[in-house]
Amino acid sequence: MTYTHRYLPLTEQDREEMLETIGVASVEDLFSDIPQQVRYQGTLPLSGPLDEMSLLTHMRELADRNADTDRYVSFLGAGIYDHHVPVVINHMISRSEFYTAYTPYQPEISQGELQAIFEFQSYICELTGMAVANASMYDGATALAEAGSLAAGATKRRQLVVSRAVHPESREMLRTMARGADLEIVEIGYADGATDLDRLRDAVSPGTAAVLLQSPNFFGCVEDLAQAAHIAHGAGALLVASANPLSLGLLEAPGKLGADIVVGDAQPLGISASLGGPTCGFFAVAEPLMRRMPGRIVGQTKDIDGKRGFVLTLQAREQHIRREKATSNICSNQALLALSASIYLSVMGKTGFRETADLNLQKAHYAAGRLTEAEGWELAFSAPFFNEFVLRLPDGTTAQELNGKLLAEGFLGGYDLGGAYPELAGHMLVAVTEKRTKEQIDRFAQRLEACTR
Amino acid sequence: MTTIKEKALIFELSKPGRVACSLPACDVPRRDPADLVPSAMLREAPAALPEVYEVDVVRHYTELSRRNFGVDNGFYPLGSCTMKYNPKINEDTARFAGFAKIHPYQPEDSIQGALALMHTLQSDLAALTGMDQVTLQPAAGAHGEWTGLMMIRAYHEARGEKRTKVIVPDSSHGTNPASATLAGLETVTIASNAEGMVDLDALRAAVGADTAALMLTNPSTLGLFERQIVEIAAIVHEAGGLLYYDGANSNAIMGIARPGDMGFDVVHLNLHKTMSTPHGGGGPGAGPVGVKRLLIPYLPKPVVGRREDGTYFFDYDRPSSIGRVKAFYGNFGILVRAYTYIRSYGPEGLRAVSENAVLNANYMMHRLAPHFELPYPGVCKHEFVMSGRGLKAYGVRTLDVAKRLLDFGYHPPTIYFPLNVEECIMIEPTETESKETMDGFIDTMIRIAEEARTNPELVLNAPYDTVVRRMDETQAARKPVLNCACS
Repeated sequence: MTYTHRYLPLTEQDREEMLETIGVASVEDLFSDIPQQVRYQGTLPLSGPLDEMSLLTHMRELADRNADTDRYVSFLGAGIYDHHVPVVINHMISRSEFYTAYTPYQPEISQGELQAIFEFQSYICELTGMAVANASMYDGATALAEAGSLAAGATKRRQLVVSRAVHPESREMLRTMARGADLEIVEIGYADGATDLDRLRDAVSPGTAAVLLQSPNFFGCVEDLAQAAHIAHGAGALLVASANPLSLGLLEAPGKLGADIVVGDAQPLGISASLGGPTCGFFAVAEPLMRRMPGRIVGQTKDIDGKRGFVLTLQAREQHIRREKATSNICSNQALLALSASIYLSVMGKTGFRETADLNLQKAHYAAGRLTEAEGWELAFSAPFFNEFVLRLPDGTTAQELNGKLLAEGFLGGYDLGGAYPELAGHMLVAVTEKRTKEQIDRFAQRLEACTR
Repeated sequence: MTTIKEKALIFELSKPGRVACSLPACDVPRRDPADLVPSAMLREAPAALPEVYEVDVVRHYTELSRRNFGVDNGFYPLGSCTMKYNPKINEDTARFAGFAKIHPYQPEDSIQGALALMHTLQSDLAALTGMDQVTLQPAAGAHGEWTGLMMIRAYHEARGEKRTKVIVPDSSHGTNPASATLAGLETVTIASNAEGMVDLDALRAAVGADTAALMLTNPSTLGLFERQIVEIAAIVHEAGGLLYYDGANSNAIMGIARPGDMGFDVVHLNLHKTMSTPHGGGGPGAGPVGVKRLLIPYLPKPVVGRREDGTYFFDYDRPSSIGRVKAFYGNFGILVRAYTYIRSYGPEGLRAVSENAVLNANYMMHRLAPHFELPYPGVCKHEFVMSGRGLKAYGVRTLDVAKRLLDFGYHPPTIYFPLNVEECIMIEPTETESKETMDGFIDTMIRIAEEARTNPELVLNAPYDTVVRRMDETQAARKPVLNCACS
């Protein structure tokens, strides 16, 4: 009569002995403190339990109803990219000493995680050219919003100037945050694919806390961060740059170009797409902003025997100490995915990382040429780009309609820009990673053209 | 473990010329990057990443893993964190290509399986909490708190009321007041009464025309069920405020009591606690939020909807929404694990989970009671608190007890939280621990208490058997070394 389940250990005998120790007659007595009027009567309306085999079958059926990139050739990016994930990553993050651990509060038995985070922070500093980085954030979008919030606190100003070439969902997230924190958001437009720096110059004022840009931006174009930093700093504002970390294999580190805060999403670094989450945000700042950083931070120190080790540090910023005065409410990071990113960078190494970035650049430019060979197909912008570009479709063609047809041909077509940018209806954002072969690109070009004929 | 020496950083393993990656040849005509991107925008020197080969990578991270302790290594009774077993099948299903290799912007008709899963999870979590609708977007519990408070704020504003105060008990999680600040609200902290419950008089005195919400964990962080929850809800609602349920402690009440029936208007659940998804060393988790009907218009967009023809879609048509709280749709990979877990148990199984969690906690509390002080005797729920202050006479503090536990292969309980219990030790065994495991831990706790009395130095200098011993945390904070400055 006892309920049994493979995750539950108590036998009928255990139960009886335990109840006797406690001094009650039944488990029900342990719930005597819950008032009858709020006790739930009956059975929750959930589906019944499945045995392990049936559960696997059921889950596989659900999974098989989705078009995955093992079976479809993807030219879809817009923040989540189809990169190769080196095989060793899954093996290493599947070590359950990593994934079944909590936040490393007990450093003596958490040195593995703490050192992995320390190495992650080191990697992020190296890529971004910044002095310090934290242990990671929920994702790139929340990292950008936290950067805006940090800038407002640091400058005691209430206005954030953000480019429309920043990811539309990051800007939505920024607006939600700004409503809570009572900050003003001013958006500025783009010209030829990059942020309009003339308009930026006009927009900044002594009330501006920060200028927020993304580079490569949502359209794939590389921004002139040095100019933007000059403009922001001229008004006493900070420059927040959101970067695709893989692009930093080739592109100059934003820290070297004058950015005060660099954020982004580590998804391109060996993290699966997973319908957009979980990914891993990163957050790096110039030294003067160190003690204002949100989130967990790991520092190096020594133990009582003088041995090198690592601990969570600068905790005086955090919610469990400061409560309502904390720099953020965050009490977690994306440790396991920060680990994925670190392993990715370790595997790629100095030459491989640069080569991978270069493969992205080369294939995207080949694709841009190939996709604009036919009459009526053009690139929308001429600004320099990394691995993503905006394609103007022939008149009368919508990206949505095209993507429906491409799906039937085994392709995930590009992102339809018309939704977030009404002025770009009939434009498609195409991403080309190192995974795409010349043959796939050529075939994609043929199918695209055929679908509009 | 004692044989493991100081561990090298991955950067320290680097030797120029080694590679661990295997890249395809460039099969398109290669051009000089400087012809494609202005050279001022190109990196002057390549990032100084380590040069290692694949075996280095595998051994390095394997060795790091050996220097870490997870639930699979042993008992992890970390109070308020619900460190239950993380089922392996969840890891397998989340890695199915149909879940792990899909893009958030694919056509909806190409991800109907994923949408069906999310839709079912939304309604399962709503049923479990007694709520009317659920958003799966928040990435963690604190993120859910902020999302819930933003909705409460929008609700009051839409009614033309200016309500700015959030009431929290002194035993609440630190994230509660921090989330209130981020939502532009002020925190009012009220003291608990002698039984560890919300003091109704203090609550009556605190509520008013400026009350936006009361945030409460029930069972509380002391492991106690708020017996007067119905009265509490009435006081707050009569003052025009709403009730927020911090679901960190939901493992005690699945199928037994529902926040919605207690009068709560908003609930977040920590799927990485109650629904067995792994903590990952600090994340990723997921913090879905459920709301009563009156708050549905303010839910973050999109939510997953179902059409009459049985197909699923992202519903963006929500004009009163507080907006987006995260990119895309939440931590989908975590949602797959939670869904798998719920389907492995079904409704009766989830109720058994909570019953066993509560039975285990009460058993441990009763066996430890003769040896440590119990500030709140009686029945507990999924966790309980004890005080280690009886050992202070021997110069031994709760921290020392925690450190000594490490030598015996246990992760210590939560210590010094909640703040209102002196030398607090907070124990949550969860339902997946056997009587033998708990007995072993209890006997060790009794032994350590005895050591503290007879040989306090032994406890004060612990741990001995770990790869590093007590760390100089003051130096870490005063002179921060936060990266290896590799270049």
